[in-house]
Amino acid sequence: MYVYMGHLKFEHTKPYEDSFWKKNKIDLYFDTAHNIDVRSKRITLSSGDFLTYDILVIAAGSVSNTLDTPGKNLSGVQSLYGYQDLQLMEKNTHSIRRAVVVGGGLIGIEMVEMLRSRKIDVTFLVREREFWNVALPLEEASMISRHIRSHGVELKLGTQLKEIQGDAGRVTSIITSNGEKIECEFVGITVGVSPNISSVAGTGIETRSGILVDEYLQTNIPDVYAIGDCVERKYELRGRKKIEQVWYTGRMMGEVVAQTICGKPTKYDPGPWFNSAKFFDIEYQTYGNVGPLLQPGEEDFYWEHSSGLKSMHLVWNSQTLEFVGVNVFGIRLRHESFDKWLQEGKDIRFVIENLRLANFDPEFFQRHEEEIARQFLAKYPKLMKAAHA
Amino acid sequence: MNILKTFGLIIFLSGFLLFNALIFFGTYQLRHEIVNEKISDTTKRELFLKSSQDFIGKTFTTQFAFVSNLKAVFRTINDSQAERYRIRQGEIDTLVLLNHGRFSVATIDSLFNSESDISAFKRKILTQYAPSIEGKSLDSKELTSELQGFAQTIEKYNTINQVGFDRYQINELSYSLTKASAVNPIAKNSIFFLLITVGFCVAGAMLYILPKVGLHPGIKNNGIFFSVMKNTGWLGILTGTWLILFYILLYFYPEYITNWIALVDPISIAINGHEAGRFFLYGFIYTLCVIVMGVRMMIHYRHSKYHIIRTLSVMFFQLCFAFLIPEILIRLNKPYFDFKNIWPLDYTFFFDYRLNELIDSGGLGIFMLGWGIALIIVGVPVMVYFFGKRWYCSWVCGCGGLAETLGDPFRHLSNKSLKAWKIERWIVHGVLVFAIVMTAGVLYTFFTGASWFLLFDSYVVREVYGVAIGSIFAGVVGTGFYPFMGNRVWCRFGCPLAAYLGLIQRFKSRFRITTNGGQCISCGNCSTYCEMGIDVRWYAQRGQNIVRSSCVGCGVCSSVCPRGVLNLEVKDEEGRFGKPILIGNNKISLPD
Repeated sequence: MYVYMGHLKFEHTKPYEDSFWKKNKIDLYFDTAHNIDVRSKRITLSSGDFLTYDILVIAAGSVSNTLDTPGKNLSGVQSLYGYQDLQLMEKNTHSIRRAVVVGGGLIGIEMVEMLRSRKIDVTFLVREREFWNVALPLEEASMISRHIRSHGVELKLGTQLKEIQGDAGRVTSIITSNGEKIECEFVGITVGVSPNISSVAGTGIETRSGILVDEYLQTNIPDVYAIGDCVERKYELRGRKKIEQVWYTGRMMGEVVAQTICGKPTKYDPGPWFNSAKFFDIEYQTYGNVGPLLQPGEEDFYWEHSSGLKSMHLVWNSQTLEFVGVNVFGIRLRHESFDKWLQEGKDIRFVIENLRLANFDPEFFQRHEEEIARQFLAKYPKLMKAAHA
Repeated sequence: MNILKTFGLIIFLSGFLLFNALIFFGTYQLRHEIVNEKISDTTKRELFLKSSQDFIGKTFTTQFAFVSNLKAVFRTINDSQAERYRIRQGEIDTLVLLNHGRFSVATIDSLFNSESDISAFKRKILTQYAPSIEGKSLDSKELTSELQGFAQTIEKYNTINQVGFDRYQINELSYSLTKASAVNPIAKNSIFFLLITVGFCVAGAMLYILPKVGLHPGIKNNGIFFSVMKNTGWLGILTGTWLILFYILLYFYPEYITNWIALVDPISIAINGHEAGRFFLYGFIYTLCVIVMGVRMMIHYRHSKYHIIRTLSVMFFQLCFAFLIPEILIRLNKPYFDFKNIWPLDYTFFFDYRLNELIDSGGLGIFMLGWGIALIIVGVPVMVYFFGKRWYCSWVCGCGGLAETLGDPFRHLSNKSLKAWKIERWIVHGVLVFAIVMTAGVLYTFFTGASWFLLFDSYVVREVYGVAIGSIFAGVVGTGFYPFMGNRVWCRFGCPLAAYLGLIQRFKSRFRITTNGGQCISCGNCSTYCEMGIDVRWYAQRGQNIVRSSCVGCGVCSSVCPRGVLNLEVKDEEGRFGKPILIGNNKISLPD
C-alpha cells in the first residue's frame, strides 16, 4: 500500500536489513516448496533442489477469495494480497482514470486509498449497510462511510457486483446488483482471504478450511508446525475465532512456535483480542470484543466527537458490569492498560474513571476523557452513582 | 486550488531566477573615493593606489573580471613588497661573518643601521626571530641555514602581513571594494529589487503552500518517493547543487554575491544601523526560509498540536533570538549575542575576541558570559533530563529549525543502515572531542598568551575547525546535502552540541519513545521518516522503548505510524529502556 502510494520504497518494508539474516545464521531461499515429503522430511523446491529438515514450520499465508462473476478473468481485474499483486496493480492501473473496488473490508479500503492517492476516480461497492459493517457496529461503520465519501470516493452501499464487461480481453465496465453500469478500467476484488492450503495438498498434513493445528501449533504430523494466516485451530479459545487472519496472530504464533522448537514447549495462549487499522485519516484500535451487534447480556455506550472524526464505543456485561471491549477511532489508547483491565475483569465504571491513564495520544493533543465520562454519566446515571455509593 | 499552486510556482520561479540573475547584473568601476573609504591605513592605501592606476576608473562588465583584476593588483603589490623587503643572501653572509662562532642579536642592529623603512623592517623582524639562537655556537654553515630559515618564514608570514596585504585583508577588501564598485540600480532601489526577487519567492511559495489547507488534515506523504525533488531526482540534485554553491560563495567568495547583499542593506540599516554584511543576508534568508517553510510544516502536520507548537517555537527562536535580538544589540552598541546558541555548537564562544568583547561590555557582557556558561553546564543537563534533547534540537536550535522546516520534505532520505549508525557515532563524537580540544587550546592561549598548546598551535587549530567544521560541515554539507542525505546531516553526523545533549539523553533522562503494546505491524513508516536515521521499527516491532542519543524528538515517527504505536513520553527513569516484549501472548515472558 505505502509503496504504491509513494510513502515508502519496497526496501523500506523489509523488517530487517538484508545483512540481518546472514548475521543470525538464517539461510533465505527465494523459491517455492513444490513438494513436502513428511516421512523422509524432505522438501522439493521448484528449482529442483532439495531441502531436508528436522522441524518444519509452514507459514503459507492466505490466498485472496474470488467471485464467480462473468468477466472475472479479464485483464485489469485483480485482488491484493502480496507483492506480486502489488506489481500487477502497478501495471493494471498505469495511467487509468476510473476504477471499481468490490468488497468493503480492510483490503478494500486499502485499495481505494491507494487508487485515490493516484487521483484515480473510485467507485467502492460494499455489500453491507455501511462500510465494514461485518466487523464494526453501525455507528462507527457509518462514521467511516462518511469519511470515505469525504475523500471523493463514490461509495455504493448495499451493492454487489453482478458482471464485469470487457473489450479485447480488457475490462471496460461493470454491472452492479442494481443493474447500474459503471465504466472503469480496473476492478479490484477484495472479498476477503482464505488460508492457503494448496501448498500442503497431498502431503498428509490435515486441513479443513486451514491447516489444522493443536495447542502447540503442531499439525497432525510430528515436527510439522503451521502458523499465521494459513492456520485453523482444532480447539476453542474464548473470544477468538478458529481462523484469525491478522498480522498479530501470525506474529504471536511465530513467538510461540519459536519457544517450542527451541526446546521449551509452549502452548498458544493469546490474551484479549486486539487489532488496529487506519481508514484514510482515521486511526482505529480495538481491545476486547466489540462486534457489529451486541451479544445477549451486553450493554454499550457510544461517543462521537463533533468533528465526526473521533469516536469511542464501550461494551460491558449488563449483569456483572465486566468490561468487554472498546472500539476507538481517532484517539490512541494504551494497549498495556486495556490488556491488563480485560485480563483482570475490571468493570465499566473502572474503565470510564481510568480512561485518562489509558490515553496514548501525543503531547498537547485534545483530550476527551472528561466529555466521555460526562456523557456516560448522563446516559447511565445509576451505574456511576452505584460506584460512588 | 491547482491554479493558485501553479501561479505560485511561476511567481516563485520568476523571483528565484531573477535573484540568481542579479549576480551577473551591472558593471563595476573602482573609484578613488571608494579606495579612500575602504582602506583606512594610509600607507597601505598609498601602496594600493600606486599599483592600481590602470585599474581604477576602468569599467568591467562582470564582477568576475573585476575581482580577478583586483586580486591581480594585490598579488602585484605583495610580489613587489616581498621583493623589496626580502632579506638578501648578501645580508645573511654579512651576518654570518659578523658572528664568529657565537651568535649575538646585537649584530643585527649593526648591520641594519640605516633609517630607511626597509632596513628598519628587517632589523625589527629579525630581532623578533633571532633570540632563539642567541648565544648559540654555530659554524658558518649552520648559521647560514638558520638565517635562511628565518628569511623564508619572514617572507611567507610577516612581509605581506606588515607591508603588504595578507589573505584576510585581501578577502575583506575584495568584498568591500567590489560591493562599493558596483554600478547598477540595485543599491539605489534595493527594496524594489528585494521585492521582485526574494519577495516573489516568498509570495510564490505561500501561494504554492496555502492551498494545502484544502486537503484533509492527516499524514499526506503521497508520491514522495516518485518526486523528482524529494527523492533525489534531477530537481533535487539541482537544488542540492545550488545550495552547495550558495554556501561556498557565502563562506569563501562573498565578493561574487555583493549584489545580493546590497538587496538587504536598507533592512540591515533599519535594524542595526549598519550596511548589510554577508551574514546579515544569510540570517535574513535563513529566517525567511524557517518562517515560510514553517507555515508549510504547520499546514502539513496540522492534525498534530505537537508539531504546530514546536514549529511555532523554532520560528520564534529563529526570528527573535537568532536574527533580531543580536542585530538590535549591535544597534545599541552591545556585543552581538545569540542567547540560545550554546557552545560547542557556538564554537567561537571562548575565542579571545569574543571573551574580551564580553568582558569589556560591562554588566550585560558579564551576564552574557555567565548565561552562556550556565547553559552549557546547567541548562543542557537539566533540560535534557526533564524533556530530552528535543527541547533544544527540535524546539529551539537554528540548525534544527531549518531542518524541521525547509528540510522536512527531505527527512526520509537519511540512511537507516547499521553501518551509517556506526559511522555517525565515530564522526559526531569525534567532532565533539575536536571542539573540546580546540577550545582548551584557545583558552590556554587566552590565559597564558602562548599559542602552542600540547601538540598544536591553537591559532591554526581554531582556523581549521572554523573552516572544516564551522563552514564546510555545518553549512555546505549540512544544508547543501538536504536533497541527498536528508535534513539532519549536520545534526546527526557533525554537531558537537547534539553529541553532548545526546550523551545525557542516552544515560540520564526521563525521555523515551514508548511503543504501544503489541500493535506494531512492521510497516516501516517510522524508520523511513526518521530524519536522524534511527531504525525505529527495529525497536517497535520487538516492543522495546526507543532510547537513542541521536533522537531529536521531532515526533514524526509517532505521527506517521498508522497504528498508534509510538509516543514521546517523559516519565520516571525506572524501566526507561523497557523489555523487548510485545503484548498479546500470555505464555511468553522475559526473565526480570
